[in-house]
Amino acid sequence: MIVGEQKPIAEIMKLLGDAQKVLIAGCGTCVTVCFAGGEKEVGILASALRMMSKLEEHPMEVDEVTVQRQCEWEYIDPLAERLGEYDAILSLACGIGVQAMNERFPESITLPGLNTTFMGLPEEQGVWEERCQACGDCILGITGGICPIARCSKQLLNGPCGGSQNGMCEIDPDVPCAWQLIWERAEKLGRIDNLLEIQPPKDWAKSRDGGPRKIVREDLQLEKSE
Amino acid sequence: MAEEKGNGYKSGSNLEKILRAGHFAVTGELGPPQSADGSVIRKKANLLKGVTDAVNITDNQTAIVRMSSIASAVLAMQEDLEPIVQMTCRDRNRLAIQADLLGAQALGVRNLLCLTGDHQSFGNHPTAKNVHDLDSVQLIQMVKTMRDESKFQCGDDIKGESPSLFIGGAANPFGDPFEFRPYRLAKKAVAGADFIQTQLIYDIPRFREYMKKVVDMGLHEKVYILAGVGPIKSSGAARYMRDNVPGMIVRDEYVDRMAAAIKGIPKEEKTARRKAWRETGIRICIEQIQEIQEIEGVAGVHIMAIEWEEAVQPIVEGAGLFPRPTVE
Repeated sequence: MIVGEQKPIAEIMKLLGDAQKVLIAGCGTCVTVCFAGGEKEVGILASALRMMSKLEEHPMEVDEVTVQRQCEWEYIDPLAERLGEYDAILSLACGIGVQAMNERFPESITLPGLNTTFMGLPEEQGVWEERCQACGDCILGITGGICPIARCSKQLLNGPCGGSQNGMCEIDPDVPCAWQLIWERAEKLGRIDNLLEIQPPKDWAKSRDGGPRKIVREDLQLEKSE
Repeated sequence: MAEEKGNGYKSGSNLEKILRAGHFAVTGELGPPQSADGSVIRKKANLLKGVTDAVNITDNQTAIVRMSSIASAVLAMQEDLEPIVQMTCRDRNRLAIQADLLGAQALGVRNLLCLTGDHQSFGNHPTAKNVHDLDSVQLIQMVKTMRDESKFQCGDDIKGESPSLFIGGAANPFGDPFEFRPYRLAKKAVAGADFIQTQLIYDIPRFREYMKKVVDMGLHEKVYILAGVGPIKSSGAARYMRDNVPGMIVRDEYVDRMAAAIKGIPKEEKTARRKAWRETGIRICIEQIQEIQEIEGVAGVHIMAIEWEEAVQPIVEGAGLFPRPTVE
């Protein structure tokens, strides 16, 4: 899932500026599951903003809405009619949702209420960790299902750097060394040979370095009228 | 084996000649200043000249901005000191690295140490973006291809002179996973490393264990292995390295010896304490070199005495490695 974190309220207030009528738009998918921008968080933030507006003597009317998925036109289109009445929309979706709103409703301004942080999973209740960087050329088959692109601080492809100790990364004693995990896994699976071959330089053109990526599936496209 | 140049050497550097001749090599380390003051390099170069065969010029070491390694190397060469340019994957992508190597070759550099690089969070620009387009194994491979096949990483021919560098890599026998370390060294050998310098050794039994595996794998016949040593400055420094530096193991005996060095010297007598510490640090280093020389597969030592370059001469002399041989 995409994991996000709400921006500090002071930053949100600054982003909203002089807006007097604000719609907070939540998203019912990833950010609901990570407790950052679902219906409940929209409600809490709305109350907080109402209180802030009183404290700061800045009159602000705050409405709330949450759609199932802010990154798909069909779920956000029904918002079209009511957006005109707001000075600003504060999206609690990920960066994709914020952009979808701005793209679909160019007459309104949609501001980000979250920092989109990573693609990851909940390790335990209340703890999320990054797992994938969408590099576009998956190597999990070689590394025993542990991603060195997302989990090694230096994105190394040929083994651990010199800073790995007691299974932990040099950047932080609480961060596991991805290559320690990869090694242990390879040992367990009897697939050490996989790690002994030199992995060639990665094709970063398949990652974001190649520019914004796009997938076109002609088999799924609806027939276009000539 | 790599294709050799007309003179039989891959690079013709002094370091290559010393190692090929079978001498026990001595390399040192020179840290460029955090300023544009070239006199710092000249001063340090003169402390290391004649007592080492070549010296590493660090590349933004510990992720702190310093004078560029290649520029510093040129200043060192002007003082008749042979440089080993360090190149990390942290700050440059494959385009920048190759461009710099063409320049380094043109300026007379003949040794290169290929490194991953310390993480930028340790340095003075922790919010910087890191590169890691290549890793150190891939970097070694790229430099070898440039040298032996006159090709850029993309496969295009280098039209004209190509970099003919003696290629080094680093190894940390003390990092984890310990069992993987000899294999990682093997990867660097296969990729094309000519020599290896190890992390600072303050645990000789573990280094011996590592070298046994390396020798069993025959790696010492494929690459020259230089063992990393360095004089400890004080008991505080010993404790700090033991407790706080990732990827380092410092045996308690060294911490204890450094602490014992100042026994009976009152705290106020800073100069006397400093002198006692430094004498002990140098003595330990000499003893370590003598122990390491007995370990099979070790082709030399790499003495790291950054900001204490004065210590290198007494260490090399004390270890019986002075004067340095010359090979024509």
